[in-house]
Amino acid sequence: MRILLVDDEQELVSTLAERLSMRGIEADWVGSADEALKQVETQQYDLAVLDVKMPKMGGIRLKQILDDKYPDMKFIFLTGHGSESDFQQGTSEFGVTDYLVKPVKIEVLIEKIKAAADKCKV
Amino acid sequence: MSLLEKLIPKFWEQTDEASGTYKYMFNFRRIWKQSVLITAAVALIPLLLIAAFDYRVTKDAMESEILLRTSRLVSNTRRTLSFFLDERRFALNFIIQDNTFDILYYPGRLDVIMDNLNKAKGEIIDLSLIDADGNMREYAGHYKMEGINYISQDWFRHVVREGVYISDVFLGFRNVPHFVIAIRHTSPKGQFYVLRASLDTEKLRDMLAQLEVSKQGDAFIINKQGILQTPSRYYGKVLEKMSLPVPEYSERTQVFETSDLNDKPMIIGYAYITDTPFILMIVKPKTEQMESWQSTRLKLSVFMIISITVILIVVLTMSTYLVNNIWLVDKKRVATLHHAEYDNKMASLGRLAAGVAHEINNPLAIINEKAGLISDLFTFKAEYAKDEKLLRLVNSIISSVERCAAITKRLLGFARHTEVSIRLLHLEDVINEVLGFLSKEAGYRSISVTVDAEPELPQIESDKGKLQQILLNLINNAFAAVEDGGQIEITVRRKNANTIMLNVQDNGCGIPEADIEKVFEPFFTTKSGKGGTGLGLSITYNLIHELGGTIYVNSIIGEGTIFLIALPIKSVMC
Repeated sequence: MRILLVDDEQELVSTLAERLSMRGIEADWVGSADEALKQVETQQYDLAVLDVKMPKMGGIRLKQILDDKYPDMKFIFLTGHGSESDFQQGTSEFGVTDYLVKPVKIEVLIEKIKAAADKCKV
Repeated sequence: MSLLEKLIPKFWEQTDEASGTYKYMFNFRRIWKQSVLITAAVALIPLLLIAAFDYRVTKDAMESEILLRTSRLVSNTRRTLSFFLDERRFALNFIIQDNTFDILYYPGRLDVIMDNLNKAKGEIIDLSLIDADGNMREYAGHYKMEGINYISQDWFRHVVREGVYISDVFLGFRNVPHFVIAIRHTSPKGQFYVLRASLDTEKLRDMLAQLEVSKQGDAFIINKQGILQTPSRYYGKVLEKMSLPVPEYSERTQVFETSDLNDKPMIIGYAYITDTPFILMIVKPKTEQMESWQSTRLKLSVFMIISITVILIVVLTMSTYLVNNIWLVDKKRVATLHHAEYDNKMASLGRLAAGVAHEINNPLAIINEKAGLISDLFTFKAEYAKDEKLLRLVNSIISSVERCAAITKRLLGFARHTEVSIRLLHLEDVINEVLGFLSKEAGYRSISVTVDAEPELPQIESDKGKLQQILLNLINNAFAAVEDGGQIEITVRRKNANTIMLNVQDNGCGIPEADIEKVFEPFFTTKSGKGGTGLGLSITYNLIHELGGTIYVNSIIGEGTIFLIALPIKSVMC
C-alpha cells in the first residue's frame, strides 16, 4: 500500500511519513495541494491523508478533485479544529471517509489506514 | 406593609441614573412629579379660575339685584305714603276752601264734616278750628278740649308761615299715637284761620305691614331725629329712638349696605318723604337675601370638591401607571443591553480562545510527531533501545503534549457553544469538564472540590454551552468566596420525575442578608476592584431560566453560601 500525505506543516508531515515507513507503510509527503496534484501524476496512491486547512486550496477541495480522477482512492482527513461535531457539520455535504484530530496518535492513524485498506481488498 | 408603602410604586426607589455602563434614561421620580404637577395644573387651574370668576360675577350680580329691588320697594312705598298724606291734605284743603270760617265755626258743623270724612277714610280722631290768634274756636272729637291756645307753639307758627303742617307721631293729651295735619287758609278779607286734624296711625301701619319685606325684613317710618313713628320689628318701639343711625338727607331713594350692632350685614333703603317730617326705612338682613345664592354656591362647592378629588385621583393613577410602564420598559432595555454585552464578551472570548487553540495545535502536533519519531527510533533501532532514561524522557514529552492537546480541545469546545444546541448529556460530565479548567487553581490554593452525584442519574436534555457557562460562573464565585483550604461541594440529585437538583455549596465568607435579594441583579457586585463586573450571577440567572430551571440562594455570613438550581430533565426550549 502506498500513501500520500498532504499538509502545509512540513515538519509535521515529513516526520509522520518517516514514522509510517518505520512501520512498513510506504508514505510520501508533499507540502501543498498543488504539489499533491502533481505528485499523483507521477505515482499511484491507494490512500491520501489530507490536512483540511491549507493555504490556497484546502483538503476538502483537493479530495473532490482527486475523487473525480481516482475514484478508488481512499481519504483520511487531518484537522486542527477542536470539535468533531463542527467538522462533521462542515463536511457532511462532501462525504467524509474518515478524519482525525491533530495531534494524532500514530497507532490510531495506522488503524484507520488498515481499515481503509481492508475495504479495498474486497 | 402599611397602606402608604403599598401605594408607593416600584420605580420610586430607582433614583440613581448612573448604574453601570447602561444607564436608565430617566429619573422616574422626577418624571412622575412633573407629570402629576403639569396634568393637575392644566386640569385644575382653569377649573378654579372659572369657579372664582363665576363666584365673583354672580355675587356682584346678586348684590346689585338686591340693592335694586330694595330701592324699587322703597321708592314705591314712598310714593304710596306720599299719596296717602297728600290725599288727606287735599281733603282738608278742600274743606277749608269750601267752608268759610263762620260755617266752620257753626256749632256741630265740624262734627258733621268729621263724620263725613270718617265715612270715607275713617281715621280722623278729631278736627279743630283755630283762629289767627291761636285760639281753638271749635272742636270735633271724642276728647274734652276747650280753651286751648296754640299761638306760642312751633307747629302753629309753622303752619302760619308755610300754610301746611304735618307733625311727627306723638302721644299727646290722648295717649294714642297719632299725628296732625294742619292747613291755613286766608279768607278773601285777609283773615286767616287754621284747620287741624288728628289722624291715627293705623292706616300707615297697615300699609307698611302689607309690604313684602321678606321674613326678616323690617319696614317702618322715623322722623328726622330718628324717633320711630310706626312699629319696628327689631329697632325699637313706637316713639322710641331707633337703634340705627339716622341716614342723611337725600332727595331720592337711597340704598346702602351696612352692619348692625351685632356686625350682621344689612341692606338699608330709605327715602325722605317730601314736605313731611317722615323718613321711610326698609331694613333687610343681607344673608337672608343672599340665601338662594348661598345655597347654589354650596352645591357648586360640593361639586367642585368632588371634581377636584376625582381629577387628582385620575391624574395620580394615570401618571403612576404610565411612569411605571416606562420604568418597566427601560428596565427591560437595560437588561437586554446587559445580555447583549455579555454575549458579545463571550463571543470575543470564544474567538480569542479558538485563535489561541488553533495557533497552539500545530506546533503541538509537530512536537508530538518529533517525540513520537524519537520514541520510534528507540523502539525500532537496536542501538537506542537500551537507554531507558532517554525513553522515559521522550514519553514524558509525549504525555505533556497530550495534556496540552486536552486543554486546547477543551478551550475550543467551550468557546464554540454560542448557538443553542440541545443534546442529551450527563450533568456530571459537564461539571467535571468545567472543573478541569479550574483544577490548577484549586490545587494551588488547596481548595477541595467534591462532586457528589447520585448514582444512575438520568441524562438531561439541555444546552451544553449554557450549562458550562452557568457552572463556570457559580464555581468561580465559590472560589472567590472561600479562603485557601476552603471547601466546595457540588451535589446532583434527582428531585422528582422532571427535575434534577444541582447544588453548589461553599464554606466561604457568605452573603449579607441585605444583599441576598440583590445578588441576581445586573451590576450588583462585591468584587469591585478585583475586576468583577457584576454580570456573572445575573447572566447565570437568565441562562438558568432560559433552560427552564430556577435558582435560589441561601447564605449565612461567615459560614458559607449554597446555590440551589433546579433543571428540567426534558428540555423546555424549542
